Amino acid sequence: MAIRDLFSINRKKNAGSIIKKSDEKHFPEGIVTKCPKCKTIHVTKEVEKNLKVCPKCVYHFNMTAHERINCFLDKDSFTSMDDHLQTMNPLNFPAYIEKVNSDMEKTGLNEAVLTGVGTLKGNPIAIAVMDSHFRMGSMGSVVGEKITRAVEKATELRIPFIIFTASGGARMQEGVLSLMQMAKTSVALKRHSEAGLLYISIMTHPTTGGVSASFASIGDLNIAEPQSLIGFAGRRVIEQTVREKLPEDFQTAEFLLDHGQLDAIISRLDMRDKIATIVKLHVQGGVSHV
Amino acid sequence: MSKLMAFEEPVVKLREKIDELKTIAVEADVDMSGEIEKLETRLTQLEQSLYANMEPWNRVQVARHPQRPTTLDYIERIFDDFIELHGDRSFKDDEAIVGGIASFNGQPITIIGHQRGKTTKENIRRNFGMPHPEGYRKALRLMQQAEKFKRPIICFIDTKGAYPGKAAEERGQSEAIARNLFEMAGFKVPIISIVIGEGGSGGALALGVANKIFMLENSTYSVISPEGAASILWKDASYAKQAAEAMKITAPDLKQLGVIDGIIPEVAGGAHKNVDQQASTMKEYIVDTLVHLNSLSVEQLIDERYAKYKNIGQFIE
Repeated sequence: MAIRDLFSINRKKNAGSIIKKSDEKHFPEGIVTKCPKCKTIHVTKEVEKNLKVCPKCVYHFNMTAHERINCFLDKDSFTSMDDHLQTMNPLNFPAYIEKVNSDMEKTGLNEAVLTGVGTLKGNPIAIAVMDSHFRMGSMGSVVGEKITRAVEKATELRIPFIIFTASGGARMQEGVLSLMQMAKTSVALKRHSEAGLLYISIMTHPTTGGVSASFASIGDLNIAEPQSLIGFAGRRVIEQTVREKLPEDFQTAEFLLDHGQLDAIISRLDMRDKIATIVKLHVQGGVSHV
Repeated sequence: MSKLMAFEEPVVKLREKIDELKTIAVEADVDMSGEIEKLETRLTQLEQSLYANMEPWNRVQVARHPQRPTTLDYIERIFDDFIELHGDRSFKDDEAIVGGIASFNGQPITIIGHQRGKTTKENIRRNFGMPHPEGYRKALRLMQQAEKFKRPIICFIDTKGAYPGKAAEERGQSEAIARNLFEMAGFKVPIISIVIGEGGSGGALALGVANKIFMLENSTYSVISPEGAASILWKDASYAKQAAEAMKITAPDLKQLGVIDGIIPEVAGGAHKNVDQQASTMKEYIVDTLVHLNSLSVEQLIDERYAKYKNIGQFIE
């Protein structure tokens, strides 16, 4: 361990002494909220009013799927789909179903993604929003199936499909079935694309592993929120294999933009307006040649 | 002499004893042919039961055997007129993936596969069969070419995974894999994927969106390596043996989960024991599968692929 790492541990400890780390992460009802980046203490309601973006340093706190839907779509336009699908335990992993059940209670979702249809400034869209508070947003059979059905719905209705990704990757407890959800969602997106329809991938913090290596990276437009962690392999795994220090901004949205992997980074405060404009530019249709 | 694996020890020991006995018989000039015959029968039985009931961890060892035949071993034995084609046209030629065109029973065909090395030197050149983005982009280029010239595509899967490195991330490892999954869904030609060794996660799947997927009997296909799973589950990579069982990564497991279409039997003890015979068994499977796939229309091919992946997964409706 490098000496500066030792100091960083102490820094983290000190930061945690005012507000518990878990509080920063999950952001429940508390009167004040401390920004983990600029350490400013804000009134929680102020931060929430600001779409959970730090008013001082524009740090983007993680959002729940419901919060995202509420701030992104037109008011009361959202109808959810497939909330009845239930996770099974194909590999008989101990305590797997219990963990899923406890996250269901915590998040009010049936799995790590919320899907449905709604309107964005009047234009109908199908949408999927992953929630990192549910098993780290990992993708198992139900997540794969829900996203696939939402894509199919978009294709059927001939409307754009938009996804907000937030995921640690494939869900280990469902083994190779999780891996295959990468293929399942991809075949559906290919069909959507062949029909000439729009797909926008919006990557939020964090988007890694199997989700990054499937639907997240193949939007007609690949968008990301500022400072999101996005990448294929974990930083620690890479550091172990290459045995070299990785740059500070490695695998951030800014790093990806710099390396040509993103169309744009859009702040959450502008997200609704900008995506609505992009959708509008697509649904108007192009030049019709004979 | 091929490298022996720990689980083969009983067989090896017995064979040594028989050889010893034979030497003694000759030296002492006594007739022990009856005993030797009995022991040899016992050896055959032991071999049969050992290789017929291989545990998942034993299969992992066979799948990783240094002499296990690679993509190029099969290409040379199954196809005629193979010409290797290199490069992704953007960055470089990634030798962790090989590809090219060949003739198969008179039909032109495109072949792509992960390629491990057999010596340390070759492994360094081929990055131990772990591709960078340019490897997947070379594969995509060759598949697009196959579609243009209406050639079926055969993919051999044999990788621990896509390479986890800084350069790989900078050049878009995620996008390269994702792009292949997406594009393979739509190709208007038959695609067959065969797992011949280790099928490691997304790096394997990037050659695996096919009309038919087969696994060699002792190959594995998994979302994470047994060592990786063990270090997460039990915080100790030495529990890899248990993880290999729990994660269901063997060919029979995947058949049962409905992920693969068939298991290609291996010669007793593993493909490395008789590469020619293994290649000829595999060839029969490819012949039969292509007869079926060649008879399908473009729409049927794409719809069949769609339905195949749409049906994978377990949940309560």
